[in-house]
Amino acid sequence: MTEKIIHVALLLILPPLLFGVIGKTKAWFAGRVGPPLLQPYYDLIKLARKSMVFSRTTTWVFRAGPVVTLSAALIAGLMVPLGALDSPIAFTGDLILFAYLFGLARFFTTSAALDTGSPFEGMGSAREVTFACLTEPALFLALLVLAKASGSLMLTDLLHGPAEGFSSGMVAPLVLVGIGLFIVLLAETCRIPVDDPNTHLELTMIHEVMVLDHSGPLFGVILYASSIKMFVLGSVLLHVAFPFKTGEVWIDVSLFVLEILFLSILIGTIESVMARLQMRHVPYLLIAATLFCSFGFLLLVR
Amino acid sequence: MTDALNAILVIVLVMNLFVLGTSRILAVINTVATQGALLGVIPLLVHTHLTISVVLTSVAAIVLKGVVIPSIMIRALRDAEIKREVEPLIGLLPSIMLGALATAFALLFAGELPLAGEHQSALLVPTSIASVLVGFIILTSRFKALSQVIGYLVLENGIFIFGMLLIDAMPLLVEMGVLLDLFVGIFVICIIVNHINRAFSSLDTRLLASLKE
Repeated sequence: MTEKIIHVALLLILPPLLFGVIGKTKAWFAGRVGPPLLQPYYDLIKLARKSMVFSRTTTWVFRAGPVVTLSAALIAGLMVPLGALDSPIAFTGDLILFAYLFGLARFFTTSAALDTGSPFEGMGSAREVTFACLTEPALFLALLVLAKASGSLMLTDLLHGPAEGFSSGMVAPLVLVGIGLFIVLLAETCRIPVDDPNTHLELTMIHEVMVLDHSGPLFGVILYASSIKMFVLGSVLLHVAFPFKTGEVWIDVSLFVLEILFLSILIGTIESVMARLQMRHVPYLLIAATLFCSFGFLLLVR
Repeated sequence: MTDALNAILVIVLVMNLFVLGTSRILAVINTVATQGALLGVIPLLVHTHLTISVVLTSVAAIVLKGVVIPSIMIRALRDAEIKREVEPLIGLLPSIMLGALATAFALLFAGELPLAGEHQSALLVPTSIASVLVGFIILTSRFKALSQVIGYLVLENGIFIFGMLLIDAMPLLVEMGVLLDLFVGIFVICIIVNHINRAFSSLDTRLLASLKE
């Protein structure tokens, strides 16, 4: 029971901090002081107190978008084991639901964007779904490799690996899957080199352009949901990258928190040292992620 | 031991694809340098007990492939003032696909080979075949002289990996000779690159077909 409470608490409280850490890392690289670590929380509180403005062309779909996105992200978060903690919701085959919860969230985000009738938002939606077509196979192949390696179709068992740990033949596929999952993480959470979360030019935006018309609390919900998405995908990646556990609950939890903060520092570093890819080169990166995951599968079954 | 080895070899495979998919020559040179330095670590892992010759091979490979050759190439790149391969014969995406096919072929093919027991689980053979094939793809599909040098380096990296299978049987002299050849080869090519650049004011090897007074 304690583990479940810790899981839910981590899932609800920790995600915005990742954005704070990323912002601080980028500020450090640029030689600035940067916003405080807790700035994303202040932003969320500020947004929650504002009023909302709705365009007269929008319908209920526009309002449903952020809500569905947040609930999908939260449910996905309940299905993923965080570090050594088991996930509160687990059943055989839940990896399919897990992958398609993100699909559902994306469907509603793009529908809400199309609902505004703005040409820019339509463009953003088109880009979002185009790139999603390429990240989804990579995510599925990665889950397939993990399922094959651990012999289970349940996310908890699949990510924790077999009880005696992964056998030595699995290292090469796991490295490949780790690289693939990292690219998927960057693409799904709209970070550089796929998308620039700070861009202010509608023509080059992917994700940001879809949420231009949202304001106030609904926009806060969108920000919160995207931080949860990064948290969830990050914890999936951490299982592949650092599959160590001690068995002591509190040590494991603090280890997990340290790992995920390290992951956000890594993302911040990548954002600082890399330029964003040209829009037409993004598919190359995503196809490469799919290829790495399929090589991993090939290595496992050959 | 095999775990660390396989992890390195898989990263080498990933770098091969990155080299195929990037048009910036500087980034490609840096990748190949990292690849060479990573490969230099392999002799230490393949061997169960360290001897002077193994350590020498490793250090020589790391210094030469990771530092000396890349710096010569970066110098040539700076003199030639080119930044990217603008129009490869095969586009970037198709060459990634070709490289992926070559890698998949190597992985499947090596599984069929009757290898000695200790080489069965390591990925030495598939990685070396894949690197050689990727090296060929770069050599044949790029027009800039420097990119072709990079193809040659990737090809040599593949052969180096294959040589690791025989490291017990191969004397130090052979390994050092190969590295010296590689060094001299790259050195001479980079001088030639400069001359091509001065004579034709471009590094496009297609122009070499037309004679000049």
